[in-house]
Amino acid sequence: MVAVNLWSGLRRFTDGAEVVEVEASTVGEVLQELVKAHPGLDPVIKAGVSVAVDDEIVQRALHHPVRPDSEVFILQQFRGG
Amino acid sequence: MALDNKTDFKYIGTRPERPDGLDKVTGKARYGADAYAPGMLHGAVVRSPHAHARIVRIDASKALALDGVKAVVTRADFAQDLEGEDWNLLENTIAGEKVLYDGHAVAGVAATSALIAKDAAKLVDVEYEVLPHVTDVDAAMAEGAPVLRDGAADHSVPDGLHPNVVRYTEFGRGDVEAGFAAADLVIERSFKTEAVHQGYIEPHACLAQLGTDGKGELWCCTQGHWFVRRMCAALLGLEATQLRVTASEIGGGFGGKTTVFIDPIALALSRKSGKPVKLVMSRSEVLKASGPTASASMDVKMGMTKDGKLTAATGTFRMQGGAFPGAPMDMTTMLAFSCYELDNVHHEGFDVMTNRPKQAAYRAPGAPMGAFAVESVFDELCEGLGLDPIDARLKNAVKEGTRSSFGPKYKAVGLIETLEAAKAHPHYSAPLAENTGRGIASGYWMNWGGETSVSLAIGEDGTVQVGVGTPDIGGSRASMALMAAETIGIPYENVRVNVVDTAALGVNEPTHGSRATYASGLATIEAAREAIGKLCQRAADKWGIDVDAVEWKDGAAHPSGPNAGDFEPLSIAEIAGEMGSTGGPITGHHDASPTGFGGSFGTHIVDVHVDPETGRSTVTRYTVIQDAGKAIHPDYVEGQFQGGAAQGIGWALNEEYIYGEDGRLQNDVFLDYRIPVASDLPMIDTVIVEVPNPGHPYGVRGVGETGITPPLPAIACAVSHATGHRMTRLPMSPPRVLRAIQGKGVS
Repeated sequence: MVAVNLWSGLRRFTDGAEVVEVEASTVGEVLQELVKAHPGLDPVIKAGVSVAVDDEIVQRALHHPVRPDSEVFILQQFRGG
Repeated sequence: MALDNKTDFKYIGTRPERPDGLDKVTGKARYGADAYAPGMLHGAVVRSPHAHARIVRIDASKALALDGVKAVVTRADFAQDLEGEDWNLLENTIAGEKVLYDGHAVAGVAATSALIAKDAAKLVDVEYEVLPHVTDVDAAMAEGAPVLRDGAADHSVPDGLHPNVVRYTEFGRGDVEAGFAAADLVIERSFKTEAVHQGYIEPHACLAQLGTDGKGELWCCTQGHWFVRRMCAALLGLEATQLRVTASEIGGGFGGKTTVFIDPIALALSRKSGKPVKLVMSRSEVLKASGPTASASMDVKMGMTKDGKLTAATGTFRMQGGAFPGAPMDMTTMLAFSCYELDNVHHEGFDVMTNRPKQAAYRAPGAPMGAFAVESVFDELCEGLGLDPIDARLKNAVKEGTRSSFGPKYKAVGLIETLEAAKAHPHYSAPLAENTGRGIASGYWMNWGGETSVSLAIGEDGTVQVGVGTPDIGGSRASMALMAAETIGIPYENVRVNVVDTAALGVNEPTHGSRATYASGLATIEAAREAIGKLCQRAADKWGIDVDAVEWKDGAAHPSGPNAGDFEPLSIAEIAGEMGSTGGPITGHHDASPTGFGGSFGTHIVDVHVDPETGRSTVTRYTVIQDAGKAIHPDYVEGQFQGGAAQGIGWALNEEYIYGEDGRLQNDVFLDYRIPVASDLPMIDTVIVEVPNPGHPYGVRGVGETGITPPLPAIACAVSHATGHRMTRLPMSPPRVLRAIQGKGVS
């Protein structure tokens, strides 16, 4: 299982949990499993998020590998100028 | 992609002339308004004179009756079933049922001359029902504020907030109350910043041609022509690849040219008239309707022990981004405390709609405002505890392995190195003149990778052409050429880099997020390496040996050792000269969305003299110290440092959008909207720190945006020290500073 850290504002979509464990081996699977576990997260994911895996911001790289002991953060979508 | 161990650079780190320099200084460079086509029409835009009004009726009959007028377009001429951000984009491009700000486009006109088009625009009769408006972020969130659009809030907004609050965020960790209780000094302050414009010299301009068959060509000044293609295709109901977009030379963008304003209108006018249509914004249109940055209202509280260790921090950031969702409160919240190691931290952010133009990105969008508030409080804590502001920052500075305030840990970063360089710089210990204060501040921008596609081709004489998709705003063609030259081992002058159109490469994100030198540079290096592999293969074939026995160095193929055979090296020119008969053209190509972009920290030192009689502030000395990872072309790195500081000085001291009681913009020309010019500024000194980015072969970090993050707090701290009054509101214009000196407050 991969522990996925969410930002606090998402707790109301996850029954109060700020860390959600999912079975996943890629970033795409992490996002898919998050929505499966907590459908309220669907519009959040669809609106766009950035994902950090083991301290690397991998943006929307759905194929990026995730290990069971990876540290995963769902972050607000990055924007640049 | 991992960092090479290469440290002996031959071309990287040199300062050759930029390839576009001669054309630019001799007026030959072709910008957005420099395009012409046979039979071309000229466009003009009808704009709202109201901050908020319902459109009752649009009657274009008088305009169409004017001799020379060929077409008028309104919202009905665009795609009808859009949703989400595409709908927002279209609604901002041309109003539907309501106008939402002064200057909002209502209709477009095309005529045989620019003068006729402007006259015709005045003849378009628009009947409005004026509605109440709101332009201030705090007022827009208050009970009873006029509602811009019901139902615009997304899933993130909790119940009970005003409908103008359209996005919300909240995150943090630890126990902030316990943290504050452990502090020797806690300071809480409220801050406000005004909206400012990117202030690029070149107004938006384009030449559009679109047939009724859905095939089109667009020439425009933009930071990203693939973005323009996608947006225009959506707004006009086209297939993306049927629209070929070419980026002109660009006279500045700073984030403001990563979206569209007039391009879809020009395309719609062309489709309706059957002629090419040129559309150029006036400066007034640029200021009124092309998207400034957000303004902010912020509360920040921080606690510190007497030996300078931060114990807790909280920030609430309310940002207005005009009449649409999109104020960069997410970046403000994530980066506000990014310089510091904090176990107890909490952030809250609000994206609020007001009757102002749709904000656009501006250099490190959202970060300068947060830095202004946080670094100002940090400075006040140091002042209150009698601590040196650099020593205190060093005590809390993030480094490799520190958990960031927004979650992940940092990889190799250079904040400590910039602080140490600042402390050692003669500026920091120089004596101060009377009525002069010194400010210190640090800042961060995390940078970006993004979709990137680069092609490289070897010419028959052994020279090299590189096709990139990131428009060259600050010298990136020179940087790409240096990286290609370094990788292949040929002189810089033997490489030509072209910014090619959307039909020539896969999708490229714009030159934004400080990504071009990092991402296009990385793809250029990889494309060059692929071409080198092919060059080695040709040499191996000629020598009759295995390609693994061929080594590429100094622009030539060599046998890799005595066992490979005794062959004279084959230069790139020799191999290329025969390529037609040895297998055909030799090219390299690389596509990627690289994720190893390393963020850049900077620390600024500034001295500001304040005239106690008038409140006028003058920057007398300024030093920028920033981590570039590896400076490919140091001139352009220094230029980015200086440019960020110059724009930050304008934001801090003079620039602001001023709205009247009627909700109309009062200062829509450069005479009234005061950006700093050369005579306002001292020579801005720069120090390049190089902590290599482990995610780029040569260690590059983007440098374009970080430089605008520290100036706002650094200058505010300098003015505060000069006057003895803590400045919490920008801009620090003379009347505002004078009021502070006279003890009448800073608002």
